[in-house]
Amino acid sequence: MNWFEKLIPTTIRTNSDNKSAVPEGVWIKCPNCDGVLYRPELQRNMQVCPKCDYHFRITARQRLSEFFDESSYTEIASNITPVDILKFKDSKKYKDRLTQAQKDTNEKDALVVFNGKIENIAIVACAFEFKFMGGSMGSVVGEKFCQAVRFAIENHTPLICFSASGGARMQEALFSLMQMAKTSAALKKLSKYKLPFISVLTDPTMGGVSASLASLGDIIIAEPAALIGFAGPRVIEQTVREKLPDGFQRSEFLLEHGAIDMIVDRRQMKTKINSILKMLHR
Amino acid sequence: MNTNFLDFEQPIAELEAKIEELRFLDSDVEIDIQNEIENLEQKSAKRTKSIFANLDAWQISKLSRHPQRPHTKDYIDLIFTDFHQLHGDRNFSDDVAIIGGLAKLDGKPVMVIGHQKGRNTKEKIKNNFAMPRPEGYKKSLRLMELAQKFKLPIFTFIDTPGAYPGIGAEERNQSYAIAYNLYKMSDLATPIICTIIGEGGSGGALAVGVGDEIVMLQYSTYSVISPEGCASILYKNADKASEAAKSMGITADILKEHNLIDTIIEEPLGGAHRDFQKTASSLKNHLNKILSILEAKPIKNLVQNRYDKLMAFGKFDTTTTEN
Repeated sequence: MNWFEKLIPTTIRTNSDNKSAVPEGVWIKCPNCDGVLYRPELQRNMQVCPKCDYHFRITARQRLSEFFDESSYTEIASNITPVDILKFKDSKKYKDRLTQAQKDTNEKDALVVFNGKIENIAIVACAFEFKFMGGSMGSVVGEKFCQAVRFAIENHTPLICFSASGGARMQEALFSLMQMAKTSAALKKLSKYKLPFISVLTDPTMGGVSASLASLGDIIIAEPAALIGFAGPRVIEQTVREKLPDGFQRSEFLLEHGAIDMIVDRRQMKTKINSILKMLHR
Repeated sequence: MNTNFLDFEQPIAELEAKIEELRFLDSDVEIDIQNEIENLEQKSAKRTKSIFANLDAWQISKLSRHPQRPHTKDYIDLIFTDFHQLHGDRNFSDDVAIIGGLAKLDGKPVMVIGHQKGRNTKEKIKNNFAMPRPEGYKKSLRLMELAQKFKLPIFTFIDTPGAYPGIGAEERNQSYAIAYNLYKMSDLATPIICTIIGEGGSGGALAVGVGDEIVMLQYSTYSVISPEGCASILYKNADKASEAAKSMGITADILKEHNLIDTIIEEPLGGAHRDFQKTASSLKNHLNKILSILEAKPIKNLVQNRYDKLMAFGKFDTTTTEN
């Protein structure tokens, strides 16, 4: 933050380096190379900067619809909707947060599940919608994921999941924590049927999602420079009271430390996953 | 008794201090003092009862972290015999934030695993305040698989602020260590009985908390994030921990109401730290009872029941309109 921005009272200050949202408007600046990009062109390029390959965050629906073969897919488990079990209230009511998120994203909750084909292989794929309360996992996300697993078992198809999540949803408290156990158990079941699960980690994949379904892929792929880890960098910094190493918890760091199989550019993702599936799934 | 009293226990502390004072008072009128002591003791017990009848979530949270609260090793000593501690993940280190080993429960061989908080500063540092690194989870899984192989039931004791948020822990894939435990525990072919004895802190607790029976001591807590953590993120103010504790419903009674846990074990008046023996013995009774129920089930059913229970976690609506 420069000296001028510091003068703006915090109540009206907006986070200028917030890369979570692609701002509205025809022109957009790439936070990595500062290049000025034409929005429709960025959209056509799967939200990847054509100049420096920086991966912007992408909505769950755009990701899935571009991943599947054209008009080969249908949405499943779309009837699962959230409830405010605990009547949770912090600075805002959970109920209101849900309504707002549903309005902003046009999704019911933070996970979208499609079944369909990629280059003629039948698959089930789910994607986290990060704009929906930080892609946090509560009861709906857990249930939809498990229904995706069940669908894969019943139809003998591989499962693919694109994660983008801050972790468990605090507003559902222990119900959220239990989704970690629930989704992991479902994946254990899937493995008995020898059906491949490919987990794709995108920016960011943290906390309870990272420490459950996202880490349990037969193959784990990350998009370039995604933030991936259990504890958030700020929490770690406060705990260990030292500066974190460069590139800490980024995809390249995870690859180096043996946590993931490979890093794949979003634009090559479909081809890559397709050729892997051809070897694993017959 | 030399008890550390918490803030809300101050009225009890004052009475207890008076009693102590009288006990050490040299006096000729001993009868009167004896009467006075008894009088005060009754008063103190009454006060304790009334305070403990109306504890809020934040007060219970403080009790769950009470410095004198019994730890895993205390329960191992009081409930089991012949404990053989087993060390290490066979790969990197022995993380003593989790301890475990073979033991006997009324003569029957079992596997015991639990988070271990230290009692004094030196121990606390050694045990890393019961915040495991990946090696701790890997060790616990190694012991659980050993138990499965030799058909031993598993008892886990949960008492952790959470998994350790450190650089090394991330480098060695904390996420995977936790995820893999959840994955494996979901269909381990032996009874697993988990007891939350103090703080059930998030993924770090759950990583040894998937089982057939989930028990909570009356004044333990189980939560997706610490009240302080929740307060600082959602309320943007760590001082709102008390509100956060209430909102999240982290206490045994509420979790039982939502079927997220199975059983609550009542603690002695004033909390488990007032009477280790009594706490351990009520817990032991329950563990024995549940074990015989679980052992009567064919393994296939046991594992299927565990799976069904996991799948039932979560509350949501299923609309039939739209889409």
